[in-house]
Amino acid sequence: MHWVIPCLVAAGCLIPALGRWWNGRVPLIASAVPAAIAAVSIWQQSLLAAGEVVQFHAPWVPSAGIAWAFRLDPLGNLFVGLIAGIGTAVVAYSAAAYSGDARLPRLHGALFVFMAAMLGIATADDLVVLFLCWELTTVSSFLLVGFDHQTEAARVAARRALLVTATGGLALLTGFVAISVVAGTTSISTIVASGDLLRAHAAYPWILGCILAGAFAKSAQFPLHFWLPGAMKAPTPISAYLHSATMVKAGVFLLARFSPVLGGTDAWFAIFVGIGATTMVLGATAAVAQDDLKRLLAYSTLSVLGLLTLLLGLGTPIAARAFVVTWMAHALYKATLFLIAGNIDHATGTRSLTALRGLRGALPATAAAGIIAAVSMGGAPPLFGFLAKETAYEAVFEAPRWAGLLGSLTVASAVCLVFAALRSGVQPFWDSGRGATPVLRALPIPMQAAPVALGTLGLVAGMLVGPAERFWIAPAALAINQSAAPTGLSLWHGFTPILAASAATLALGALVFTNRARVVPWVGRFAPWVATGPSAIWDAGWRVLLQGARWQTSQLQNGSPRRYVATTLAAALAVIAVGLPWGTIVGAVHEIAPFEIVALAAGLLVMGGSLITLRAPTPLAAVAALGAVGVGVSLVFLVYSAPDLALTQLVVEVLTVVLFALVVRLLPRAKTQTMGSHRPSAIVLATIGGVLMAGLSLLASQPGLLEPTSAYFELNSVALAHGRNIVNVILVDFRSLDTLGEIVVLTVAALGAVSLLARRRATSTGGIAP
Amino acid sequence: MNVLLALAIGTTFGIAVLWLLRGSLWSLLLGLALLGHASHLLIFVGGGLAVAAPPLVAEGALAPAAGAADPLPQALVLTAIVIAFAILAFALVLAVCAGDAANTDDLDAYGGESQ
Repeated sequence: MHWVIPCLVAAGCLIPALGRWWNGRVPLIASAVPAAIAAVSIWQQSLLAAGEVVQFHAPWVPSAGIAWAFRLDPLGNLFVGLIAGIGTAVVAYSAAAYSGDARLPRLHGALFVFMAAMLGIATADDLVVLFLCWELTTVSSFLLVGFDHQTEAARVAARRALLVTATGGLALLTGFVAISVVAGTTSISTIVASGDLLRAHAAYPWILGCILAGAFAKSAQFPLHFWLPGAMKAPTPISAYLHSATMVKAGVFLLARFSPVLGGTDAWFAIFVGIGATTMVLGATAAVAQDDLKRLLAYSTLSVLGLLTLLLGLGTPIAARAFVVTWMAHALYKATLFLIAGNIDHATGTRSLTALRGLRGALPATAAAGIIAAVSMGGAPPLFGFLAKETAYEAVFEAPRWAGLLGSLTVASAVCLVFAALRSGVQPFWDSGRGATPVLRALPIPMQAAPVALGTLGLVAGMLVGPAERFWIAPAALAINQSAAPTGLSLWHGFTPILAASAATLALGALVFTNRARVVPWVGRFAPWVATGPSAIWDAGWRVLLQGARWQTSQLQNGSPRRYVATTLAAALAVIAVGLPWGTIVGAVHEIAPFEIVALAAGLLVMGGSLITLRAPTPLAAVAALGAVGVGVSLVFLVYSAPDLALTQLVVEVLTVVLFALVVRLLPRAKTQTMGSHRPSAIVLATIGGVLMAGLSLLASQPGLLEPTSAYFELNSVALAHGRNIVNVILVDFRSLDTLGEIVVLTVAALGAVSLLARRRATSTGGIAP
Repeated sequence: MNVLLALAIGTTFGIAVLWLLRGSLWSLLLGLALLGHASHLLIFVGGGLAVAAPPLVAEGALAPAAGAADPLPQALVLTAIVIAFAILAFALVLAVCAGDAANTDDLDAYGGESQ
C-alpha cells in the first residue's frame, strides 16, 4: 500500500495532462488499476483473517517520531476492498458516461487522487499520514463535486461541502495532536492498543469532542448533514462513489478505528446514540418526501450513516458485527442505486420520480440491477441487506440502555427506507399505467454492466454468508470490539422477534408505498426543515463572518497610508506594552552608567535635533537638524566603545543629508510650509510610543538581565577566524550570510533607485521610458 | 547616563511617529530617518554601555579584556545602519517620482477613500 498510494496520486495528476494528449479519451482500461487492488485486497483478506499482519514502516520525520507507516488489518482491508471494488465500477462507468467529453481526464484525475487518499485513510498507521489523506479526500472531493464548475449551484455545493468537512478536519487535527501528546506516539496501532490511557486522561472530553466533530462532519451527521444532499450536484458516478460508498464512510470508519480506546464511556454512548438516532430518523423521513431520485438516495444515505453511528455507540460485540454488515451492504446497494439513477438520468434526461415510470422494457439490465438493489436496501432475503437489517435489529433490541426507544426508532426508519427503496429501485421501472417515460439516449455497455455487477455482489454476499462472515465480518468486527460476537450468521435463524420485526417492516413499507399519494405530501411539510434548517444557520454564520471581515478590512485598510502606519504602530506598541516588566524598568531609572561629558552632549544633540525638526522654519533647516541627530548618534557610538559604528554612522549621515538636501528641491512643495498642527491621535500614539521605547531601552541596557550570547564570538574570534576586531569577524565570518543579505538589500535599493531616476529623466525629457 | 539615552531614544521615536502620521510625503521621509536613528540606538544600548573598551583582542591575547563592550549588538547595528540607509535612499527617490506623478505632498491624495 505504501507505494500504491503515491503511484495513484501521481497517476491522478498525470491523467489530465495525458488525457489532453490522448484527445480527451481515458481508456476503459484505467479501471484495471482499482480492479487489481481489489483482487489483492480479497487475496490478502484470507491471510489477515488467519491473524497475519501486513505492515510497512519507513521513517519520515524521525525527530518527531512521524513515520510513513501503513498497516493492513481486517477492518482496513475490508475498506480497501470496498474502495477499490466500487472504484472499479465507478471508473469504468464514468469512462463510458463521459466518453468524448473533454472534461473526462480531469474527472478521472481527481478520482484517482481521491481513491489514493481513501486507501490511505483505510491503511494509514500514523496519525500524520492519516490526516494528510483525510485532507486530500476533502480537496479532491471539492474538485469532484464542483466538476460542473460552470454552474453556480455546483460551485455553491462544492464550497459548502469543502467548508463543512475542512472545518471538521481542523477539529480532527486538534484531536490528533492531543492524542499524540497524551499517548506519546503517532503510531495508530500503538495508540489503539493503549487500553484505558486516553479514557483515563483529563483531556479525554476534549479529544473525544474534536475527533467526533471531524468524523461527524465527514460522515454528514446531524446537524452537519446538510452538505451531503447539496453535494448531489456532483456527477452521478461521483455521488455513487463519494457520497454513499467511501468518503462519507471515512468518518464512521475513523470512529470505529478509535473505538477500542475512545469508546465505552457514558459520554461516547450518549453522543453517538443521540446524534446517530437523530440523523437516522431525520434522514429516513426526509427521504420519503423527495422527488429527485438522487436527493432521495442522499437522504436515505444519511439515515444509514446515522444507524452506523448509533451502532458504534452501543459498543456491544453484536453491534460491532452489525456495523460491519450494514457498512458493507449499504456500500454495495447504494452505489448500485446511484449508478441506476445515473442511467435513468442519462437515458431519459430526468430524475424526477413523478415523471419516471415503466422503464423496464427500455432498460432491462438497469431494471434488474435496480430491483436487486432495492430488495437489498429494503432488507428482504436472500440479499445482503437483509442480513444487515437483521443484525442491526438484533444489536439495537439488545442495547444496554434505551432499547425500546432505539428499537422503535430503528424500525420506523427502516420502514421509511423500504419505502425509499421501492420508490427509487422499483417504481421507475414499473407503474406503466400511463405509458412509459420516453428513452432519449441508449446506454453504453459499461454503464449497464457496472450496476449489475455491484448488485450481483450484494446477492452473492447474501448467499455466501458463511465465508463472508469468516473472512470479512468477524475479523473486522473484532478490530472494533475486542470481544467476539457469537458466530453463525445465516439468512434463516428460526422464528424470532427479530424476524417478526423484519417482516413487519417490509409489510409497513409496502403499505406506505401503496398509499404514497397521501403520505408523501404529508411528510413533505416537515422535510424542508431538515434540508434547510441547520444549513440556514450555517450560512448565516458564514455571512456574519464575511461581513465582519469586510468591516474589519474597511476599518484597517481604508486606503489611507496614514491609517496603515498608525494601525501597524499601534499593534506593535501594544505587544511591547503587554510584554514589558515595568517593575524592573522603574528600578533601572536610578541606575546611572558612568557619566561622560561627551555622552551628555551627544544625548542632548540627539534629543534637541529631533525636537528642532518639529519647529524648523524651512525644509532645509529640518534636514540640518536631522544631520545633528545623526552626528549625536555617531558620538554615542564613539563614547561607548564602538569606533566602527561611529565611523560608518558619520559617513552614512553625510550621504543622507546630501540626499535629503537634493530631494527637498524636487518634492512638491504644496503642504511642506502650510502644515497644520499635529492630530491629537498622532500625538497620543507618539507619546505612548516614546514612553514605551524609553522604557524598553532602560530595560535593555540593564547589565545581567539576560545572559549575553556574545561569549562564543569573543572566545573564538582569534581561535577560529584569526581576527582581532570581533565586530568585523562577526560581520564577515560568523554571520556572513547576514552581511550577504545586507549587501543584497543595498544592491536592490540602488538598482531600484537608479531605474526610477532613469525613468524620470526619460519622461521629463519627453523620451520613452526604458 | 542610560536614563539620558533612554530619554533621547524615546523622544526621537515619538517625534518619528509624529512625522510618520503627518500625512505628507516630506514628513514621511523625515519620520523614516528619525525612526532609523531611534532603533539603532535602542539595539546599541541593549549591549550595555562600556566606556573606552572596544571589542578588540589585543596582540598576543586570545580573548578581549574583561569588561569590553558586547560585539554582537554592534555588528547588528552596523548591518542595520547600512540597510536603513539603502531603504531611505530608495524611499527618497521613490518620493520624488511619486511627487512627480501626483504633484502633491498630501499622502491622502495618493489613493484610498479616506479624506
